[in-house]
Amino acid sequence: MSGPETALQPLVTVEGVHTYYGKSHVLFGVSLKVGRGEVVGLLGRNGVGKSTTLKTIMGLLAPSRGRITLDGRDITGQPAHRLARLGIGYVPEDRRIFKLLTVMENLRTGLDRGGVSDTRKRQLLDKVYAYFPVLAERRNQAGGTLSGGEQQMLAIARAMMLEPKIILLDEPTEGLMPRMVSQIREIIAVLHKEGVAILLVEQNVPLTLASSQRVYFMEKGTVKHHAAAGGLSVTDPVIHQYLGV
Amino acid sequence: MDLFSGLPWEIILVQTVNGIVAGMILALVASGLTLIFGIMDVVNFAHGELFMLGAYMGVVTFAATGNFWIALVGATLLVALIGAALQVTTLRPLIGRDPLNTILATFGLSLVLQNYALWQFGPVARKINEPFTGQFPLFYLQYPWYRILIAVLSAAIIAGFYLFLKYGRYGIWIRATTQDRVMAQAMGIPVPWVHTGVFAIGAGMAAASGVLFAPLVGVSHAMGLDWVLKAFIVVVVGGMGNLGGSIAAAIFISLLEAYASIWVSPAQAVIVSSVVLILTLLFRPTGLFVPTPK
Amino acid sequence: MTSDSLNLSSPAASGRGDVQSQPAVLRTEGLTVRFGGLTALDNVDFEVRREEIRAIIGPNGAGKSTFFNCLTGVLRPTSGRVLFDGRDIAGLPPNRISQRGIARSYQITNILPNATTLENVRVAAQSRRHGWSMLAHHRAFRDILDKAEAVLASVGLAAKADELAANLSHGEQRNLEIGIALATEPQLLCLDEPTAGMSTAETHDTMELVRRIAKDLTILIVEHDMQVVMQLAHRITVLHYGRVLAEGTPAEIQENPKVLEVYLKT
Repeated sequence: MSGPETALQPLVTVEGVHTYYGKSHVLFGVSLKVGRGEVVGLLGRNGVGKSTTLKTIMGLLAPSRGRITLDGRDITGQPAHRLARLGIGYVPEDRRIFKLLTVMENLRTGLDRGGVSDTRKRQLLDKVYAYFPVLAERRNQAGGTLSGGEQQMLAIARAMMLEPKIILLDEPTEGLMPRMVSQIREIIAVLHKEGVAILLVEQNVPLTLASSQRVYFMEKGTVKHHAAAGGLSVTDPVIHQYLGV
Repeated sequence: MDLFSGLPWEIILVQTVNGIVAGMILALVASGLTLIFGIMDVVNFAHGELFMLGAYMGVVTFAATGNFWIALVGATLLVALIGAALQVTTLRPLIGRDPLNTILATFGLSLVLQNYALWQFGPVARKINEPFTGQFPLFYLQYPWYRILIAVLSAAIIAGFYLFLKYGRYGIWIRATTQDRVMAQAMGIPVPWVHTGVFAIGAGMAAASGVLFAPLVGVSHAMGLDWVLKAFIVVVVGGMGNLGGSIAAAIFISLLEAYASIWVSPAQAVIVSSVVLILTLLFRPTGLFVPTPK
Repeated sequence: MTSDSLNLSSPAASGRGDVQSQPAVLRTEGLTVRFGGLTALDNVDFEVRREEIRAIIGPNGAGKSTFFNCLTGVLRPTSGRVLFDGRDIAGLPPNRISQRGIARSYQITNILPNATTLENVRVAAQSRRHGWSMLAHHRAFRDILDKAEAVLASVGLAAKADELAANLSHGEQRNLEIGIALATEPQLLCLDEPTAGMSTAETHDTMELVRRIAKDLTILIVEHDMQVVMQLAHRITVLHYGRVLAEGTPAEIQENPKVLEVYLKT
């Protein structure tokens, strides 16, 4: 149901979320928004809680306080498998592809959702193979035999199988060669063109500034600053403050 | 009998057949156990009772229909359902807690099931008739066809399950959940239900073994105890969570016991499995049939 | 507390004697750790002087924890030497290293949850008293008790001495961890991400704690929180892919282009 109100309503909102790892209080009230089809960056040093924020949105961690909404609907505390079906895709920091499943089987884990016709499944697979020809080549190979860059592509392709409204990308360029980093940049651009929103956690500042419309800066478990990406450059003092030494 | 003069080849070959038959049933029981552990990290002390319950359900169905095959299928499905119900009510609430809790819970279940069976069916052993009598000459013995059938059916069930894991739609769900429970959830796989499903399958496999084995011995409330002990030994020796390893270990141990009972009484031959267990734990604790961990 | 990591003067450095003139407490020569094909530490030469507070920073996977593990006997280096007070301790087991005078607090809290705060510290203090005498006079225990109480006071937990450790807040547990390390009377204290998971207020308290205990002690601290690093450390060592990328005062490191490049991935 679209109309002027829903067009303006953000796709995902996070309001005052606190998350604990056991006794460790990691998020101290995180608030942010991602609009429909928007690419939003989340920057900050190690240990500030960026990954924890993504995991909380994905439902892998339950917040102790605060609220998360998707499409206006409260999804706080919902389990991950339900959120995946509602349209949140997750690409974790260490890729975490299913090493003993083939490339094709990895992709299928996102396809066998129920309510997806066989034709649609075929279409999605073809689309992803067109974007990632190397995955098509290796479709019957076990996931664990792929190189780091290929595993990253598989992790992203796998999330795309869910036909998500938003993809949570956690440090996709970590450990990748510069050549692969530019490929990731292209993939983000393609997803954006398809209208998929992206919440991008990264430590690679140039990539993030180039790919995002807006950027949040985190420190010590909260969002401290927020700016339009277009107005920022790598030498900006705000970058130095939240990412530098 | 003199050990070395004139080695009793015929007896050895007969015992090989016996070992394989017993091994296949043990493999079926152990498969369910290792599956449940591999996917859910649950040590199911009630597994022997699911075996026993399956045998009793078989008795009841057999008494009602007079047909062995209906009894086999019926008992398997019934116990699978009961297993699912037990998992949802007793084990699901314990997820995330100290593993000791699930061990105690399944142990408690085993006590409840045993005493229920005793109360419901009484202490006198029941019987299921095999679907066909009939024997063929095996060396100096008249060997019952039924025993061969047991081995073949067990192998078929295990093979069927393996195919389901590899090619079935839910097979992928189970394999993904085994490898990475968290990512499986993030891919929309309803992991709590996968766990219930796996427990049901494990229970069903135990039940099928129970029905298959029932015609060989009487069905009693304590019949699960022997089997569960051996099944645990098989799971440890085969490598916990390792399906292929469990099957290999089951046959290996059963063969050893069958050979041992040439020279000692079958009751004493059981010591063999304990010895194998101790040696495995001492030298290859991750399992005999598992590639050496680096 | 407004964030101000551009603060170029580190209060820790001022008001202290010239640390550079002190003898080296710990030195590593060519320290290398390889795990199969992965080189976690690559020929690290490192030196820290008595009463210095040295921070070790670097991106993920730079080798910071591996470095600590070599110093504290958790890991045996593939090659190289670790010289503590002039003697090579590389490869010694953790208990021997503790007795030589290196103590460590961990990233994941390692306290005894079912013992009281005081008991936790007392156990550590006891490790310094040797002897098998089961008939020791109670005065010997009074000694240990006094020591434990003093340590609790210095980490700000005197009021919670009889509280079960499991009931402390996260920040208090991390401080207890530091107390346990202190009770072993170390010469060198290694703090592994002491402020991880702490609120800004708790971080501030821990920083004050470290300043208080820094007298007569040499401190190595691995941290991600740049505020803490800049305000506490005399000198900073930056690790990257297992190598020492840069070393210097907080001011020098903040302006070092190589460091900025690594942190901002430009």
